[in-house]
This record gives sequence, C-alpha cells and structure tokens, in this order.
Amino acid sequence: MIKKEVVVIGGGPSGLAAAIEAAQRGAEVLVVDSNLKAGGQLFKQIHKFFGSSAHRSGTRGIDIGTELLEEAEKYGVEIWLNSVAIGLFQEKKIAVERGLDVEDKKLEIIEAEKIVIASGASENAVRFKGWTLPGVMGAGAAQTMINVNRVLPGERILMIGSGNVGLIVSYQLMQAGADVVALVEAAPKIGGYGVHASKITRAGVPIYTKHTVIEARGDKRVEEAVICELDEKWQPVAGTEKTLKVDTIAIAAGLKPLVELAVMHGCECIFDPLLGGWVPLHDKNMESTYPGIYVVGDIAGIEEANTALEEGKLAGIAIAEALDYISSEEAKKLKDETWERLKGLRMGPFGEKRMLAKEQLLAAAEAAKGSAEEHQIAASAGA
Amino acid sequence: MSLRVKEHVILGEDRADEMVEITVDGQKMKAKKGEMILAALLANGIIINRYTVKRKEPRGLFCGIGQCTDCAMVVDGKPNVRTCITPVKEGMVIETQHGTGKRGDKE
Repeated sequence: MIKKEVVVIGGGPSGLAAAIEAAQRGAEVLVVDSNLKAGGQLFKQIHKFFGSSAHRSGTRGIDIGTELLEEAEKYGVEIWLNSVAIGLFQEKKIAVERGLDVEDKKLEIIEAEKIVIASGASENAVRFKGWTLPGVMGAGAAQTMINVNRVLPGERILMIGSGNVGLIVSYQLMQAGADVVALVEAAPKIGGYGVHASKITRAGVPIYTKHTVIEARGDKRVEEAVICELDEKWQPVAGTEKTLKVDTIAIAAGLKPLVELAVMHGCECIFDPLLGGWVPLHDKNMESTYPGIYVVGDIAGIEEANTALEEGKLAGIAIAEALDYISSEEAKKLKDETWERLKGLRMGPFGEKRMLAKEQLLAAAEAAKGSAEEHQIAASAGA
Repeated sequence: MSLRVKEHVILGEDRADEMVEITVDGQKMKAKKGEMILAALLANGIIINRYTVKRKEPRGLFCGIGQCTDCAMVVDGKPNVRTCITPVKEGMVIETQHGTGKRGDKE
C-alpha cells in the first residue's frame, strides 16, 4: 500500500486548484486522473469565461487549463494519468486502477491523510423513442469531438436544451462547420444567458421553446428527428409534430454529480435538484461529513468552472491549515477572500438560486455535524 | 465533406499531419497519430462501434469521455475497449464488437 499526504481524485479545475493550493504551501499532493491529460473538461471550453477579472473572465477555458497544469508542475504536484479511482473505503483508502483499456491494468491502494473528491459530473440523458441510435449523444460528447478531437460527430445537428451548455455547444458546432438545424427547449423560456442565445439566433438557428424531441428515426443511425410542442403540463400536443432531417441529436439536459465515491466512504448526502441531484454535505472548508474528506466542484453541486476553481482553492487552503503548513490566521484571510470571490460569482438570477441552495447545504452540514457530536457525547456518557 | 475540422476560427489550423495505418473490420484506413480510435472512425465515416448483447442493436458515441462504454470495441483482440479514450497506434486492429465481444457472441 502506498501512503500519501494528500490525494486529489480528479484533475479538473476544482481538483487542480485544490492540489496547487495545498502543494504551494508545502503539502505532498497526488492527483489521480482518469484521462490521458489532466484539466477535466477545460480543454474543450474554447469560449471566454464570464465574471470579473479576479475570476479570470475573458480567458478561455483551454488557456485556464494550460495555466493550471503549469502551476501544478511548478509546485511539484504529482499526477497519475489513466488512473481511475474505482473505490474509496475506510479509513481513507483509495483503490486506483491504472492503465488504458488496451493495456494490462494495475490496481494500487493508496492511504491518504486528506482526500479531495473532485470527481465532477456526468451528462443527463433524455429518453425518447430511438434515443439509443448512433447519432444521439450528449452535448458534451459533441463538444469533445469538435474541440478536442477536431472531428465532427455529424453534419446536421438538433440540440436538445437551451441552458448555457446547449447554447454554447450549438455555437461551437457551427464554428466547427456543422449545420445546427434547430434547438428545442421544453420550458417556455430559454434557459441560458441571452448573450449566448443571440449568437445562434443571429446565425438563423431557430430555438423552439415549449418543444421537445419525441423520436429519433433511422436505419442504424439517426436520419430524422421528430419534435413537437408541449402543453402547460409538459405533454406533447397532438398534431404539432415536425420532422427534421438531422444526423445528430445532441442532448444538453444538465449534469449530475458523480457522488459514488463519497457515498462509498459514508459521506452524508442530500437531494437538491438545483444542485443537480444527490450531493455530499460540506462545510465552509468544503469538508464532507467525514473528517478529512473534502468535496469540490461539480460533485458538490453543479455550477461553473470558475466556481469550481474557487471551491478547490478553499479545500486546498483548509488542508494546508489542517496539516499545519499555514497558520489559522493566514488560512482565515485566504478563505475569506475566496468566499468573497465565490459570492461575486453567485450573483444574478442564475447564481442567486445556486447561492441559496449552497447556503441550505452548508446549514444542513452544520446540523449533521451537531447531531454527530451529540451522538458522541451521548455515547461517551453511556460508556 | 470530410468530418475533420481542419481550419478553426479559434483553434487555428490543425497541424497534426502525421498519420498511422489502422485496420477496421478488415479494412485498412488512415488515422492521425495519437488521436482517439473513435475520432479516427468518425473521420472515416464509421459511427457504429458495437451491437448490444440481447437485441443486437447498434451503439455509437454517447458520452465521449469514457463514462458510458457505448463505444466499446475489440482492439487487438481485446474486447470492451472504450474507443473514445484510447489512442490509435500504428498497425492497430479494430473490430466492431458484438455483444460482450467474446467468442460465440456473433452477429
């Protein structure tokens, strides 16, 4: 068994931020990442981020990814690539499977003093007749193909969902040379920012609100999509069906936190649709209900890459403090600054809802901690 | 139309031009050195990676990041290789996977 001081599971924006923050203050940090290259989904984000300059706005995700990898290297963060954390069990032990599918894989067990789970999220699917046909895919999959692999998944695209992912990926598909035939949105209003929506409507792409896809047709691959209007109860309105000639249906229906590892180790979770479903409880240090295990980024509630970066920093600072690399005064100052930036990012109609959801989660974590302590007191009194 | 994105307004020109040869279901084709198997297949117009165990339905790219396993194929005799996260190599032999990819699981 290998022993490490700090292990970060997942080398996306939040995981790398946590690793850099802890490592630059002296901690020995290992990042395990399942991909051929760390950086998570940053390398497919070719658009500029929002926010103030303190949040690296105006910088493209790909450039942030490159900067993070440089910083990680500078501070001596060790990164294991092609390494999947397949299990997390007590006491803070991580099972890691190393190697590509074409290689003979090797299993390593690592024992860590502190663990940061930055496992991210998976795309939600939408089920409809024919949804398993080749050509139906996640919007993120389409984005990976064009921006990372530089190959189009198809030429004529129907996008499902008008949140920021649906809007941005539609635009990027056009930048890559595809024809985005239409975008459908089940809600009565466009979900994402107006600025992203106007980019695609200006290009002449129709956005059908109160619409959904009901069928994908084709012989062994998508050749047509059937869309229709929805009534107030989200039910298809008969007679409103339209058939579109498309070869690709991309689904942007939100993300779901990958909480399995946290659950395996007994971290308490709550269900909150605003945060993407089940999420582990965490305090203001991003520490879960299990001491020494931290959760950051999308696993702690679906948000943006910029909030993920700040959450990662919080965990990294808290870990440096817990391991006595920095004083509690210094840690407090750094954490307060980070929380200020996070507040700034959680403003506006989209951010505020998430801020509220996060505040409820923090309160629930406090309550859980309180009851655990009471439990302990009762137990020791009983003994 | 080639599905490769050669010119890009933000990413610029794709300068990767070193090619390798792979064999897919007995057919030789070119792939960019180091690119993902799935990407090479898409560029060559192949979008079916496998057929399911029971209903023998076609499956292809779905998540693109190794999470869903829909793009699994038999690579150099090894079944269940996620082609979206496995890079090509010169001389690689790739086959459409039927069922679990074991002998006897045929179309």
